[in-house]
Amino acid sequence: MSDTSGGRQGGRDGGLGWGLRTAVALTVLLLITPTVVVIPMSFSGADTFQFPPESWSLRWYRSFFGSEKWMYALLTSVQIGLLVAACATVLGVAVALGLNRSRFRGLGAVRTLMTAPMIMPGIVVAVAVYGVFIRWQLNGTAVGFVIAHTVLALPFVVTAVSTSLAGYDRTMDVAAATLGATAWTTFVRITVPLVAPGVLSGFAFAFVTSLDEVVVALFLQTPDIQTLPVQMYNSITLEIDPTIAAASSLMVTATTLVLLVPQFVRRERRTR
Amino acid sequence: MTTTTTTTVPAAGGRGTPGRRGVRLRARAAWLVLPATALLLVFFFYPIATIVWRSFTEPRTGLGNYTALLHDGVSVKVLVRTLVTALIVAASTLVIAYPYAYAMTRVGARARGVLTMIVLLPFWTSLMARNFAWYMLEQRGGPIERLLGAVGFDGVVLLGTVPGVTLAMVQVMLPFMVLPLYSGMEGIDRRLLDAAGSLGAPRWRAFARVYLPLSVPGVLSGFSLVFIMTLGFYITPALLGSPQQSLVSQVIGERVNRLLDFGGAGALGGVLLAVTLVVLFAVSRVARPARALGGAVGHE
Amino acid sequence: MNPTVNDSSRGIRIKGVSKVYSGTARPAVDAVSLDIAHGEFMTFLGPSGSGKTTMLSMLAGFVSVSAGSIEIDGRDVSRLKPHKRDLGVVFQQYALFPHLSVARNVAFPLQQRRMRKADIAAKVAETLELVHLGPYADRLPGHLSGGQQQRVALARAVVYQPRALLMDEPLGALDKRLRDRLQREIARMHRELGMTFIFVTHDQHEALTLSDRIAVFNEGRIEQVGAPAELYERPETLFVAQFLGESNGFRGTVDKAAGVLRCGAHALRAPRLDPRLDRAEGVAVVRPERLSLHGDAADVASGRNRLGATVTEVVYVGDRHQVGLRFADGTTGTATHPVGSPLPAMPGECVTVSWDPEHQSIVTGGAGAPVPPVAAEIPADA
Repeated sequence: MSDTSGGRQGGRDGGLGWGLRTAVALTVLLLITPTVVVIPMSFSGADTFQFPPESWSLRWYRSFFGSEKWMYALLTSVQIGLLVAACATVLGVAVALGLNRSRFRGLGAVRTLMTAPMIMPGIVVAVAVYGVFIRWQLNGTAVGFVIAHTVLALPFVVTAVSTSLAGYDRTMDVAAATLGATAWTTFVRITVPLVAPGVLSGFAFAFVTSLDEVVVALFLQTPDIQTLPVQMYNSITLEIDPTIAAASSLMVTATTLVLLVPQFVRRERRTR
Repeated sequence: MTTTTTTTVPAAGGRGTPGRRGVRLRARAAWLVLPATALLLVFFFYPIATIVWRSFTEPRTGLGNYTALLHDGVSVKVLVRTLVTALIVAASTLVIAYPYAYAMTRVGARARGVLTMIVLLPFWTSLMARNFAWYMLEQRGGPIERLLGAVGFDGVVLLGTVPGVTLAMVQVMLPFMVLPLYSGMEGIDRRLLDAAGSLGAPRWRAFARVYLPLSVPGVLSGFSLVFIMTLGFYITPALLGSPQQSLVSQVIGERVNRLLDFGGAGALGGVLLAVTLVVLFAVSRVARPARALGGAVGHE
Repeated sequence: MNPTVNDSSRGIRIKGVSKVYSGTARPAVDAVSLDIAHGEFMTFLGPSGSGKTTMLSMLAGFVSVSAGSIEIDGRDVSRLKPHKRDLGVVFQQYALFPHLSVARNVAFPLQQRRMRKADIAAKVAETLELVHLGPYADRLPGHLSGGQQQRVALARAVVYQPRALLMDEPLGALDKRLRDRLQREIARMHRELGMTFIFVTHDQHEALTLSDRIAVFNEGRIEQVGAPAELYERPETLFVAQFLGESNGFRGTVDKAAGVLRCGAHALRAPRLDPRLDRAEGVAVVRPERLSLHGDAADVASGRNRLGATVTEVVYVGDRHQVGLRFADGTTGTATHPVGSPLPAMPGECVTVSWDPEHQSIVTGGAGAPVPPVAAEIPADA
């Protein structure tokens, strides 16, 4: 298309039809409702899960932050999450670099291997891991949680970093070399800054994956070590404790913030 | 796609001809994948192999756990219910996601960004928070019951029913349908529709004869992905379903937690795994569900 | 070259058509009127963004018309959906259906017209023969070369004998040799099918080679419409002169009474000046091959326009020399000189440049401003 109208070629003038608009609007409603209702629920003044709440208060936040059980669960989750994010990022960046910068037999197999934890039925993975962790006495230990969650988080890091590496022009390495940079300098001065946003995304995804993981955690939990989602699960199934409303609202806010940070960092760099 | 236990031997050592630095660097980079590969082999594939192995060996070696599934009167029913539920979820998700993904290809960059953010919302939202939200919405006297009551359907309580579980699953599975669909549709040249129009096809027929067939790989990707992931859902059926109408994951959890029956749980898990692998293999020629999934993480 | 057109009810009539895209101020197409005769090979020529593709898209119905109307064979189609216009369209990127075989691509329009299966098969086979693609009928488009794909696209667009064939830069994606071959093929198809062809291109050679008439587009308007020789020899605007081939331009003021264009101290003869141009700023446009070079000013025959210049460079381009010139007022220009005869001057030396006033066109200065046809009565081969 040579003309400036080229971009419009194929597109009728005018936007979406009303039918399509309605369908999209309803889908948006379905997508956001569960996330949105959590917030007002957390300010409920009642002892039940009644929605919408009839009175308002901060009591469930007080209950959350005042409860040793909840705070301990929160602390456990954050600690495990940070460790998982660190481990998964180191391993995942290595994998992404290895996959991107080498050609060997079995490359495809490794790629497949890395995505497997995302696809395998969650319950099977949980029970399988539980089965061997009992034998290895890893259930109920922080190490056990970190290992299991690292396995689950790895695919996200690999994907995020691979995506940013795929957009990385290798001729820049050659350019840097012709300008007199050593391989190491090139890596530090060129590769790292360009790939950093992908790595940051990977880190955030890994952290959130661990923070949010509940199926494996339910099996690995012992009374001594419970993550926040496990405590939330128990608060619905065992206790009917509305503190979960505050916990949910905090989780939603926290994950959103964590996942948005890399986006903003990226935008910042782009506009600079 | 379906490789489970292939050990990878990076062909590094032998290839690096001295003096050819580039080649050596390439070979060296291959070793970077080793630590993570080892981790996955030991802590992911070994456990899965173990649970499958145990299904054939505990308490006795043989197919006992599997024949028991056929004869205990419940398992078959549960398996069928699970498969049907997964099919319904995948089909509903497809119906909802198709127009949405299509709309994403038709709007400007800014609107597309917003639609992408919104569709990723369930994926981002804490799983427990989301299930709690559905619990509130679906409970007796909850907003959904009152809404349905207002339009003439009295006393419909979704909590504790398969439709209730289905609804929550559809919502959380939407990103996994929309993203593969969108990435497929994005590659369809819209001028093909113009071409079809100029050749005498009205718009709906151009859509049916040209666009729809070309979007099939994305459809298969999304459908198989949603189907497989739905099979393995545990929390949603456990919280929103009922023990009377349980799905496979609840039964597996039950057997392990209450009975420590790894053999029996392994047999049910083995069936799920087998279904998963068969589906992945069946669609592997036309679609790459796992790769499409990457879009959720790697998107810009 | 001229098509035999008598039946005025047939053909395409574009009446005052404009297109304004929402969110843009300047119309992409601005009040364009044009009649295209049945069986004519009409080319829309112009640079990127000149509106030619938008015009074609409006003809095809892909883009709505903001104002004006389009008639095809006497029927107003301005508001008609593309599938009801009965036109064939060939797209630059082929737009073949990737999931259908070559034969099924070509069969597609016939199926839309509910033709009988046996007839479809026969028609498809016949049309694939026309473009020499018979053996490829069962291949998928993705397995064909670019040139083959474009021939499939051609076959698909003509198989149902549409009222006209619209082509949007159909050869743009091909390499030079293929382009030449397909050009000949398109010309042959035009002869054999006797169909109206509308061809969009930014390539002047393509336009000059193929067309019965060319409409030169610039900034959403048609600058000039005419047969290739007419456009080349008698450009009516500076834009047309510069867009089609190379040209030298000498700026000055028109003096109708004296019949000259005054460029500083010089007066260039300009016969049959349009009275409306009197006192206007004008440019005398002359093609490089119409300029003669003389070492001695005395050699110049009377009645020819002449200017002194310095030779800046001489480039040998095989069949001729291309001579760079700088005139006294600083204007630069180009002349060609046959290889066989000796050059009258070497770079740095002075030379006298002359030309027959009949070979020059006087156009108004601003590109885009339409100029009354100055020398319309002069035959193109003067």
